[in-house]
Amino acid sequence: MSNSVESTEPPRKWYRDTWQVPAFIKRSLRSWSLSFVGILVFALLWQGTANNIDTSLGQFPGPVQVVEQIQNLYSEYGREQQRRVDFFARQEARNAQMLAEDPNADVRIRPYTGRPTFVDQIQTSLWTVSFGFVIAMFVAIPLGAVCGLSEPVYNAINPIIQLFKPVSPLAWLPLVTMLVSALYVAEDPLFEKSFVTSAITVALCCLWPTVINTTVGVSSVDKDLINVSRVIRLPAHTHLLKIVLPSAIPLIFTGMRLSLATGWMVLIAAEMLAQNPGLGKFIWDEFQNGSSDSLSRIMVAVLVIGFIGLILDKLMLAVQRYVSWDKQTVLR
Amino acid sequence: MQAYLEISNVGIEFNTESGTFRALQSVNLKIAKGEFVTLIGHSGCGKSTVLNILAGLHQATEGGVILDGKEVNSPSPDRAVVFQNHALLPWLSVYDNVELAVKQIFRGQKSKAEMHDWIQHNLELVHIEHASSKRPHEISGGMKQRVGIARCLAMQPKVLLMDEPFGALDALTKAHLQDSLMEIHSNLGTTVVMITHDVDEAVLLSDRIVMMSNGPAASIGEILEVPLARPRSRLELADSAQFLQARQRVLQFLYDKHKYPGTVAA
Ligand SMILES: Nc1ncnc2c1ncn2[C@@H]1O[C@H](COP(=O)(O)OP(=O)(O)OP(=O)(O)O)[C@@H](O)[C@H]1O
Ligand SMILES: [Mg+2]
Repeated sequence: MSNSVESTEPPRKWYRDTWQVPAFIKRSLRSWSLSFVGILVFALLWQGTANNIDTSLGQFPGPVQVVEQIQNLYSEYGREQQRRVDFFARQEARNAQMLAEDPNADVRIRPYTGRPTFVDQIQTSLWTVSFGFVIAMFVAIPLGAVCGLSEPVYNAINPIIQLFKPVSPLAWLPLVTMLVSALYVAEDPLFEKSFVTSAITVALCCLWPTVINTTVGVSSVDKDLINVSRVIRLPAHTHLLKIVLPSAIPLIFTGMRLSLATGWMVLIAAEMLAQNPGLGKFIWDEFQNGSSDSLSRIMVAVLVIGFIGLILDKLMLAVQRYVSWDKQTVLR
Repeated sequence: MQAYLEISNVGIEFNTESGTFRALQSVNLKIAKGEFVTLIGHSGCGKSTVLNILAGLHQATEGGVILDGKEVNSPSPDRAVVFQNHALLPWLSVYDNVELAVKQIFRGQKSKAEMHDWIQHNLELVHIEHASSKRPHEISGGMKQRVGIARCLAMQPKVLLMDEPFGALDALTKAHLQDSLMEIHSNLGTTVVMITHDVDEAVLLSDRIVMMSNGPAASIGEILEVPLARPRSRLELADSAQFLQARQRVLQFLYDKHKYPGTVAA
């Protein structure tokens, strides 16, 4: 065929003859509307199926019941907040009165010990996962870096990593609980024991993806870059800081993202099993409670867990995009 | 000839899974100060290995290299290397890439301001000063290669080693870079050892073309002097008899090596 592809195209004009919606807006509109359709179909199917399932705790919750419970849980939180405010206001009033009668009176404010609401449990879980994650990263990144830099160290440590990597959080939990009880015996502890237990369990389980990815990142620096460093005779510490770590950054962050996701999953399981405060405990309590609303409330927790997991991942992705020099790779 | 860089009786063996592999055997070459030498030969014959030994990145199994009276046994900025794939640090800007080398090499010798001027000067030498704040992924392949050259020039090397520096570039970009390189070579008088696969490039740039025999145990097959006067212009050379003759000689060598890989051409 003599006609080439280019020749069939009309010549390009330097002006635009029709106004067009920019391509990226079109693209995001389409992807949003598709997401919306997907969610809608899912909700309809869910409601339809739920209506037909009866459990010993009543009908299986559909979206409608879930929305109802979201409102309930939120107003419970509001009421609890109000109670708390009232509690302190009452104390202050009483103290003021006591001081008025006797200026030397020994007045104090007692802490509020109300029942933790759903929102409180979310906060606890978020704190715990952050704390556990940070501990894990302080161990994982240096450990991975050392493994990546030194073949002998890697060979020594690798079997241990491989052995502990597949261990479920639930297996660690009793050991960690006992260890924390035995060793964490401060007079006026900064953190609750249950908090420390959950955080350490999270840390133990979310260590591995970061260790492994850091090891790979540090040991797979481009050979040419290492040669450049040798030619300009960079001293060891500059070599590490200027060549090795930056080139490992993308993989380190990939590992950190996986770690955070693992940590969040592990945390819920640990809280359920250990009855440590948090979303896991909320689910377990509701299950034990066994009221007709329980299943819908658990469903709310499930959705919230998913949503928080998603937000955490998006946050890590944003950080990863920001620090990664490798702008060509598509991060998702 | 006064040898500035001398390769004497160099041989190298690699330890591979299937036993030792002798890549080079009795390589001898003397290079004068300011000379431009290209290495040419079939793929896998050991050109990069020779260059890496010159750079100090590989250790010769026997024989040795002497540069300016001193034996070469480890990498040094005296022998700067331009890599085929630019080898720029992707997380640093063009300027910072050159700065990393300059800071390391001239620490204690140049002040901050002097270093800055020196970096600027070298970026200008390769005509890349307008892109100094860009990251490597934002500039074209030819520009990256220019930065790689600037980084090496900024080291003030005694010898500039180049491993197929223009191999991955399109013809036009390549021509521009060759012109830049000729200009730099004539202005600075740098000694250059360059590997190439491109016969025209070898003839255009070199004072001597070193043709390597095929491996294993490769050695130097033939050395061709290119007596063309400098400055050289590619347009005038295109139909110069001397140019065509030199080109013909190199092609003949490569062709013979392809046909009778074992023998060394006379
Ligand atoms: N580190 C090494 N270990 C084992 N063998 C090697 C090593 N480096 C090079 N070789 C072998 O030495 C020979 C020469 O390799 P070299 O890279 O020097 O070739 P080259 O002439 O540069 O080839 P090309 O033109 O393809 O770049 C090849 O057969 C190669 O397989
Ligand atoms: Mg090579």
